[in-house]
Amino acid sequence: MSASASHPALTPVKDRAIATRLGRRRRRTDRIARTLSLVATGIGLVFLASILATLFVKGFGALNLSVFTEVTRPPGSDGGLLNAIVGSLIQVALATLVGTPIGMLVGTYLAEYARGSRFGDVVRFVSDILLSAPSILIGLFVYQLLVLPFGGFSGWAGVVALSIIIIPIVVRTTEDMLSLIPNTLREAVIGLGSPKWKMIVLVCWRSAISGIITGILLGIARIAGETAPLLFTSLGNNAWSTDLSQPMPSLPITIYSYAGSPFQDWIELAWAGALLITLAVLLLNIAARSLLRGGK
Amino acid sequence: MQQATTFPTAAAKPARRGGADLGDAIFSGACHVAGALVLLLLGGIIVELFLGGLPAFRAFGLPFIWSTEWDPVTEVFGAGVSIYGTVVTAVLAIIIAVPVAFGVAFTLTELAPPWLRRPVGTAVELLAAVPSIIYGMWGFFLVAPIMAQYVQPALIDSLGELPGIGVLFQGPPFGTGILTAALILAIMILPFIAATMRDVFEQVPPVFKESAYGLGATTWEVMKGVVLPYTRVSVAGGVMLGLGRALGETMAVTFVIGNANRITTTLFGPGNTIASVVALEFGESETGSLKLSALLALGFILFVLSFIVLATSRYLLRSRLKV
Repeated sequence: MSASASHPALTPVKDRAIATRLGRRRRRTDRIARTLSLVATGIGLVFLASILATLFVKGFGALNLSVFTEVTRPPGSDGGLLNAIVGSLIQVALATLVGTPIGMLVGTYLAEYARGSRFGDVVRFVSDILLSAPSILIGLFVYQLLVLPFGGFSGWAGVVALSIIIIPIVVRTTEDMLSLIPNTLREAVIGLGSPKWKMIVLVCWRSAISGIITGILLGIARIAGETAPLLFTSLGNNAWSTDLSQPMPSLPITIYSYAGSPFQDWIELAWAGALLITLAVLLLNIAARSLLRGGK
Repeated sequence: MQQATTFPTAAAKPARRGGADLGDAIFSGACHVAGALVLLLLGGIIVELFLGGLPAFRAFGLPFIWSTEWDPVTEVFGAGVSIYGTVVTAVLAIIIAVPVAFGVAFTLTELAPPWLRRPVGTAVELLAAVPSIIYGMWGFFLVAPIMAQYVQPALIDSLGELPGIGVLFQGPPFGTGILTAALILAIMILPFIAATMRDVFEQVPPVFKESAYGLGATTWEVMKGVVLPYTRVSVAGGVMLGLGRALGETMAVTFVIGNANRITTTLFGPGNTIASVVALEFGESETGSLKLSALLALGFILFVLSFIVLATSRYLLRSRLKV
């Protein structure tokens, strides 16, 4: 409108016409942008729905009791996934037990000891890099570190690889949750004469516990589906094995080798396994989220 | 630590004071050691991958990086094709994912009614939780056939005729290949980029947006004129984060990229990425062989690539991290 002031040739009528047209164009652009954004969101949701629908249709079709009661067998002989499921449970559980305390200590270090310190900044940076680093490289690293020098693939190597992956996840949530705690609370505890470690363990950790558990659950969900690092560490095993010094079966590796096989019954088992693992991962995620919401 | 030891009451009970100090020393020691362990991990990864790849680096020298040969029989290895595949799929994935992620973030922060924001946001975040191997199976059994039957023929008929870029959309529609891999990658990194964008959009002070609305700006104009300029550095950081994720993605890509060691001009052609080569060829390489060393050297190159991208991402997102 200010343009009309500098163009005395324009009459008020023309001026209003231009303003109307401009307004219409602006509203049209706005409508197009909004529509495209909604479409984009729709596309994202369609992808999720499509993945879930595919899994449910193919997975439930292949799911039966023998999946849980039989071990993996050669094609055509009615095998199940029992050893893979148990192997995954063992490795994920141990990796969580190893990785969680380390991750919590690092997160505690960053939040309680390293505020503003140069070394702390470096640790935080490195931990964030590890958080997004390709998991296949963690597998190669553990292969070089444990598999080559100690004579072969083993469940332990898989556990170490998975625990390296879960550490930075726990670090991030622990630090984030601890830094939400108001400093007055810390000062109050210190003021009562408590040593710092008691303040952290009995007060800070306790007030941040639901957030930290959320992080642990998300971490478990993440490592439960990891395939690439296990290729080079626990390798997989077609027999029943709970011996951690031997190659160990796991659900993702079994899915990987079965899905790429030419045998129809193996592919169906892969779908059943895929459904199980996705359900577990999504349930863990939803549980973690509702826990965080309930805790606040 | 300091405060705890300076209380006068502690002096009256030296035994207890000593105990508290010991507890503090142990706990703070454990925390510091754990922190140092993280550095050690990263250092270990770099050193182990480099040492493992050293025989290959020695044997082929610097040309290893661009040589396109990969012949296990004559033991000649080069990283050219897989580096090319890694970069092309990741960049294509970004090109596909960023507009969609922006749309999602725009919807979640400005358009959707508040009661809808959380469920939709959670649904998009669940996309990030789906394991990589599931994307691989879904891509191989569902997306690739659709690509072969509908999408690629349509692209060949429409864009394939154009001069210049037409060459990208030619060739037989196999379904698998570079484009399909990029599409799956795009879906996988979409939630990371969208979540970062949503978070930084939400950090724009409401008073800025309200002033723009007060001047009569439309929702889109507020986004384009206020929110985006205010957050563009962090948005770039989110995009880099997605790129870093896409570079190292293994299982999903292995399923759909076609796995061939050649560089094709068409996006429908098969290819490979560093991660897919390592995952596929690892089983066939003997301990101590030059091939295994070449795979570890590839791993080292991938690590350097992702480190640069992720470090850049974190640098760009630093303002967000400080808040």
